[in-house]
Amino acid sequence: MYPFTYSRATDVADAVRDKAGHGASAYLGGGTNLIDLMKYNVEQPAHLVNVAKLPLDKIEDLPDGGLRLGATATNADTAWNEQVKARYPMLNQAILAGASPQLRNAATNAGNLMQRTRCYYFYDIETPCNKREPGSGCSAIGGYNRIHAILGASEACIATHPSDMCVALAALAPTVRVSGPNGERSIAFEDFHRLPGDQPQYDNILAEGELITSLDLPEKGFAKNFTYLKLRDRHSYAFALVSVAVGLELEGNTITDARLALGGVAHKPWRDKSAEQLLKGQPATAETFGRVAAHVVANAVGQGSNDFKIELARRAIVRALQQATEGRQRATDAFLNSNP
Amino acid sequence: MSQLLTSAPHRGGLPAPVPTGPVRLHINGETRTLQLAPWTSLLDALREYAHLTGTKKGCDHGQCGACTVLVNGRRINSCLTLAVMHEDDDITTIEGLGTPDNLSPLQQAFVDHDAFQCGYCTPGQICSAQGLLNEGRAHSEAEIKELMSGNLCRCGAYTGILNAVQEVVAAQGEMVK
Ligand SMILES: Cc1cc2nc3c(=O)[nH]c(=O)nc-3n(C[C@H](O)[C@H](O)[C@H](O)COP(=O)(O)OP(=O)(O)OC[C@H]3O[C@@H](n4cnc5c(N)ncnc54)[C@H](O)[C@@H]3O)c2cc1C
Ligand code: SF4
Ligand code: FES
Ligand code: FES
Repeated sequence: MYPFTYSRATDVADAVRDKAGHGASAYLGGGTNLIDLMKYNVEQPAHLVNVAKLPLDKIEDLPDGGLRLGATATNADTAWNEQVKARYPMLNQAILAGASPQLRNAATNAGNLMQRTRCYYFYDIETPCNKREPGSGCSAIGGYNRIHAILGASEACIATHPSDMCVALAALAPTVRVSGPNGERSIAFEDFHRLPGDQPQYDNILAEGELITSLDLPEKGFAKNFTYLKLRDRHSYAFALVSVAVGLELEGNTITDARLALGGVAHKPWRDKSAEQLLKGQPATAETFGRVAAHVVANAVGQGSNDFKIELARRAIVRALQQATEGRQRATDAFLNSNP
Repeated sequence: MSQLLTSAPHRGGLPAPVPTGPVRLHINGETRTLQLAPWTSLLDALREYAHLTGTKKGCDHGQCGACTVLVNGRRINSCLTLAVMHEDDDITTIEGLGTPDNLSPLQQAFVDHDAFQCGYCTPGQICSAQGLLNEGRAHSEAEIKELMSGNLCRCGAYTGILNAVQEVVAAQGEMVK
């Protein structure tokens, strides 16, 4: 790890000012991703501004019927929040599917959005990587790429966004509130993360110095017919190979509204709005699900070691839609549902 | 005892200046002010500066749980957090849960159920299980397994660990079946 200086911000304005006053600086949330990357010298900030103790840890009702998740609320406090459990159970399930209890106790909501890819070459500073060192090349293309993208990748980068929480958020479509040197703004969640294109060094559209202050969920939570299905190499404490978040609204057996997002398949949490359109007005049947799943992966491209993900994603989408329709998850797909 | 700077900084192979400052931590009920660099992890602070070597370093990257301690009663991985982030926090390590003559219920259960072989993961397992008890969300065998999944055991003592944790959870009346 390289040396750095450290300060603890007292309020949002102080944090933004402090960061702007230092060149190569970074905000520090729970540290579970940033400190890890600093140990590998992948990230080398000269100054850290600790924002974890800013008064942004509340989870509170919004006047429009939505729910505000504070940026520094921990992933654990968010998942187990009574409002989240009751109104946005898909989010509860997605968060609990990720990492471990210890990590979720430290990790913040903003840090979860900002976490970087788990691409092995990104982590290994001895190998070329366009995301870590723009222009150096991509070692994953033509290399070992079992965990890499099948959708939306570019010739510069085929990395995936590793978050589970963000897949449920993509389906729930909150607004990300940020505060920066040029004031405050709100970003629709679907616009927050970006595809790699020829600038894979940018994971999202946050401008230099901008601090996330909250995630504002809309009222609609798909609390009745939802699922978060995560498929991985071991059943706990492992990143998703493919995950699927589904929220449905049904009238009888007809789908009246639908949300569908995938994790582990792209550089950003992959919400497919055209698939959602295909679901609307259709009967909730295996035939419909099969057609929609085929549509989602129609343009998927394998890179060699990750070819299996295309078929895995197709089947996972069918299973997720089935479970959302039934309003219950198979025991092996549910995370701690028995909790009172 | 000599102080090893295991999270020592380096830049271009040159020894870097070490700007340390006082960090006040309440460790196992005792207030300790340690002179630390900002990059010293809580794990290194506990082991190398507070000389509490019960907490173990396995992977140093959040992947094994050996370094689990309780901060203000909540379990976290001490390897992925900086000591300076915990000014004035209450830290509990395995040394603070019980003593050799007065084991905590979890420590006793681990002995009774043969819940270890080499013992390297054990302090982290027990601190994690204590965090699980504090959280009060494990009510079945499946939930204990899932909520203990942040702690790996290279010796594969999982059956004993599960039995030990289950016994203490049940003794507190928290099991559903
Ligand atoms: C072993 C291991 C397994 C894991 N498994 C999973 C998994 O299965 N699923 C999953 O989803 N995640 C997993 N994670 C990742 C974990 O969820 C993230 O590390 C965590 O969410 C990051 O949050 P943090 O607060 O610790 O962020 P930090 O490490 O503190 O920061 C991460 C980034 O966010 C920036 N940042 C922090 N706060 C703000 C803010 N308010 N505004 C703007 N930028 C900010 C930092 O500058 C940094 O760039 C795993 C992590 C580990 C170590
Ligand atoms: S996939 Fe992206 S992150 Fe991985 S080596 Fe290629 S450029 Fe780097
Ligand atoms: S040493 Fe901290 S998790 Fe392995
Ligand atoms: S007892 Fe040896 S690692 Fe668990």
